[in-house]
Amino acid sequence: MGVEMRLDLRTAVEPDRVHRSVYTDPGIFELEMDRIFNRVWTYVGHESQVKNPGDYWTVLIGRQPMVMVRHSDGEVHVLHNRCPHRGAMLYGNRFGNVGDAITCSYHSWQFNTDGSCKAIPLDKGYQGTRLASGGADCQMRNMKPAARTESYRGFVFASLAADGPSLQEWLGPAKIAFDDICNRAPAGEVEVVPTCFRVIQQSNWKIFLENQLDALHPAVTHESTGRAAYEVEEDFKKRGSKAPLAYHFMSAFYTTPVPKWDQFQTLNYANGHCILTGYMGLRPRDPDTLAYEAALTKAYGAKRMEEILGVNIHHVLLYPGLSVQSPLQQLRAVRPLSVDKTLTEIWHFRLKGAPEAIYRRALGYYNLVNSPSTLINADDLWNFWKCHQGLASDGGDWVSFHRNAGQDSEADGVVTSCIGTSEAPMRNQFRAWKEFMGV
Amino acid sequence: MAKAKKKARPAKRSRAVKTVAKTKANGHADPIREIEQFLYRQAECLDARDWQGFIELFTDDGIYWVPADPAQTTGDGVPSIFYEDRDLMTVRMRRLGHPRAWSQKTEWGTNHVVSNVVVEKQDPRTGDLVTRSRFHMMEFRNDVTRHFAGSYIHHLKKTRDGYRIKLQRVDMVNAQGPYDYVLQAWV
Repeated sequence: MGVEMRLDLRTAVEPDRVHRSVYTDPGIFELEMDRIFNRVWTYVGHESQVKNPGDYWTVLIGRQPMVMVRHSDGEVHVLHNRCPHRGAMLYGNRFGNVGDAITCSYHSWQFNTDGSCKAIPLDKGYQGTRLASGGADCQMRNMKPAARTESYRGFVFASLAADGPSLQEWLGPAKIAFDDICNRAPAGEVEVVPTCFRVIQQSNWKIFLENQLDALHPAVTHESTGRAAYEVEEDFKKRGSKAPLAYHFMSAFYTTPVPKWDQFQTLNYANGHCILTGYMGLRPRDPDTLAYEAALTKAYGAKRMEEILGVNIHHVLLYPGLSVQSPLQQLRAVRPLSVDKTLTEIWHFRLKGAPEAIYRRALGYYNLVNSPSTLINADDLWNFWKCHQGLASDGGDWVSFHRNAGQDSEADGVVTSCIGTSEAPMRNQFRAWKEFMGV
Repeated sequence: MAKAKKKARPAKRSRAVKTVAKTKANGHADPIREIEQFLYRQAECLDARDWQGFIELFTDDGIYWVPADPAQTTGDGVPSIFYEDRDLMTVRMRRLGHPRAWSQKTEWGTNHVVSNVVVEKQDPRTGDLVTRSRFHMMEFRNDVTRHFAGSYIHHLKKTRDGYRIKLQRVDMVNAQGPYDYVLQAWV
């Protein structure tokens, strides 16, 4: 059928501005699926989601329904969620255990948890055909695996492209997202909290990514919640007590003036990845934090404990589909559904070996910021929808990323923003976008 | 028969919901009737955006909880769609009333219908109750209509001023589904 593009892609992205069509043109979205999402490493899930042999979770990679499954030898496989016989999707539900075999509900073709054929009913019907063992189509007896599957510190990624950089090469310095999460655990690893919040936003996927490291918006967008949390914090004080730390996560949006956000920094890497520095007050001197520091010191020694807790990250963005808040052990996976519709899957992880109170502190953030009753994202999603509406209009052709353009410093392929609110992360994302799109 | 007639819903819902909760049938308190009135009053608070009135229906240590997973038995220490004490409810209320709560700019409203009220447990000594009911909420927001439904479990404490909620559990039928946009007020 083919969707016609209205724009010559080569002219769509300039160093400091981007044509609105890249957010709204369905033809460009199709090209993005093909040239970006079918090629990059996509976050599939955490190994602890599939603890036991046969455990599976379904997931979308680009447009492809996939299934992550734990094989009997302990390895995690990522397979196309599709029966090779008539093409039926094998799992229409989200997760579970395969039982004896991955079994198609249509004709009972059965597969092992590495995707290989286990049994085909009345197999003699295929004798002498191309599908018989050794026949030209015998590969059609097996489920098709993702071209590549790799994991880093328990976080599983897959790529639909056979060629390309390894996962670690692709992550580059941004792999600190997972190092920071795992290092904060006295046991050196994390375990998934088995709830996934899923929220759909009525906007192009790039609008979400651009917001993640946008240090100028919180004081504006989240003023109402910041102010409300601040007022209740003050009520606590009047009563002679102290509000839980979760209030601070929200009130900081009100009490942190914009000039302070400028003191943070963004580090912008190859492939569109970026980091926003800035600590979220996660190291108060309360008994819980002290007990946590003691557990880390016991595991790593005092010097290493200081290094681990000294890592100064607010967000890590792994372009084009993952936003990680490592100090809070949370991540949001971005699944574009269509040019104007994007699903986010939001997960929380438990630091193995850390006191329960540390998990609960981060859980407060997960519930208040990331749940479907979010006090924060409600206003972000409202902005995203309005952005998409505005970009779909003829009121102007360009999106501005001029803020501090040409003023950031670059060394060894890393762009360091001159100030925290420089639009360097957006410019960096579009630099990667151009490379992926081949323009 | 006369009793059945008395139980029938009035043709028009009284706006003076606060006084209705204390009415008695035949001079004796009819607990189901009283509970229904209490639940309707709570629903009315939401639909009328009487956030303060909603919060005041809870005991000082009361909790409003919407589990993320129907299998959860407590909201303590697990992910929840809502898990709010009166302080957090106050944050939500103040946000909703803030002039720059941007996503509140669009027109919206809800309509709750509460039904299928059952008393699950009753403490004869204190008069405290556990009730189960079903709700349907239609929401109109930003030119779109959404529907939410599920069950309420109210742990009600009998006080001098009528019932107060110690714990309200709200199981949304779509608790584990994707949310197209989010929820800004209680359900």
